[in-house]
Amino acid sequence: MITINIEKKLKAYSGQQWLKVNREFATGSIIKIYGPSGAGKTTFLKIIAGLVSTEKGSINVDDVTWLDTSTKTTLSPQKRMTGFVFQNYALFPNMTVREHLEYATKDAKWIDRLLTIGKLETLTTHKPEHLSGGQQQRLAILRALAIKPKLLLMDEPFSALDHEMKMVLINELKVLFQKLGLTVLIVTHNPQELDGLCNGELEIDTV
Amino acid sequence: MDLTPIWLTLKLASITTLLLLLICLPLAWWLSKGRSFFKIIIEAIITMPLVLPPSVLGFYLLLAFSPQHGVGKWLHDSFDIQFVFSFQGLVLASVIYSMPFMIGPIKSALQQLPASLSQASYTLGKSERETFLRVLLPNIKPSLFTAMVLTFAHTLGEFGVVLMIGGNIPNVTRVASIAVYDSVENMDYSAANTYSLILFCITFVMVIGVFIFNKTQAKSPLE
Repeated sequence: MITINIEKKLKAYSGQQWLKVNREFATGSIIKIYGPSGAGKTTFLKIIAGLVSTEKGSINVDDVTWLDTSTKTTLSPQKRMTGFVFQNYALFPNMTVREHLEYATKDAKWIDRLLTIGKLETLTTHKPEHLSGGQQQRLAILRALAIKPKLLLMDEPFSALDHEMKMVLINELKVLFQKLGLTVLIVTHNPQELDGLCNGELEIDTV
Repeated sequence: MDLTPIWLTLKLASITTLLLLLICLPLAWWLSKGRSFFKIIIEAIITMPLVLPPSVLGFYLLLAFSPQHGVGKWLHDSFDIQFVFSFQGLVLASVIYSMPFMIGPIKSALQQLPASLSQASYTLGKSERETFLRVLLPNIKPSLFTAMVLTFAHTLGEFGVVLMIGGNIPNVTRVASIAVYDSVENMDYSAANTYSLILFCITFVMVIGVFIFNKTQAKSPLE
């Protein structure tokens, strides 16, 4: 069970806004997160991952406190080990496809399996600059999965994929998420595209 | 023709570049992470040699490390170290004088990397140190190379500051730039021309090297 109750002040052109979320997510659930631009969807994911701080709130994951501002408790991103798929991929330009996964895990069999899932097994020696947008996005997803996280956070992960590849990847990931028992939060600007994958939703809007 | 000043200059530039690389990598990384008033003060101090006349810097170093007063006296009495009119003094002065040329390109390159690169590494469980060594540093190689070449070339051309703290002692502190000045003073234009031509060729080849190395980035050494 993941319990999130946070309040974060956001800077906006229209003045001060608050991001307020108070929700529980069952372990293994796959949640799509949507809302208007600037509502704080990416910030919400980064707060969960420990990459952005918040004024007030608490996050508990399977009875472990990741954040509690009342007791000034906060786990570092390194200890939370959330799988995070960034909107801009955040791939390392100096590393090949295989080196990305080797940087995340030493498990060679798991790396081979991930490469097969992402259909990148023939591109293991390629660096990100030599991959297409879709291949880069798949690598970003595989890298996040490489650490076998309990919680996977995805920031618009399918936006650069064509429809066919998107459907193939979504079906593959659905099976994989269930097998790994992963809880997944996916930010999307197109909630309909995730209808077959997600079993819950969260609308984020500022206050 | 005495080539010792050339060798002394190359030795000074090599040691200075190596020392500054070790000092400036962690310092530039620290400065690139956020801003504070304290960091602004540190940056201003590091930048001072760019705007200060070299003779002013050399004068203060001469005063600070004179074996008759303060720090210089303490170093001399306690550790038998003398910075004034010695090669160590030249290294110290060069490290201070050339620091902005090493730290500037490195800090700028680190700041231009997307924050998400570090963040992605942290979510993979990697420490800040490992992230710096395995993700950030390999991705600023062209700027690192530029910084090293600029520092080396700048040290080759130092005159005022090394003359103030080191003087003109043959085989000890008489570097090429001082040898040029000294030769002209003695009306030995042939020797001055030889030293000057060697310095010109070395620095020209180095700058060309930076352009070739960074050609894919389409950057000039001053960017």
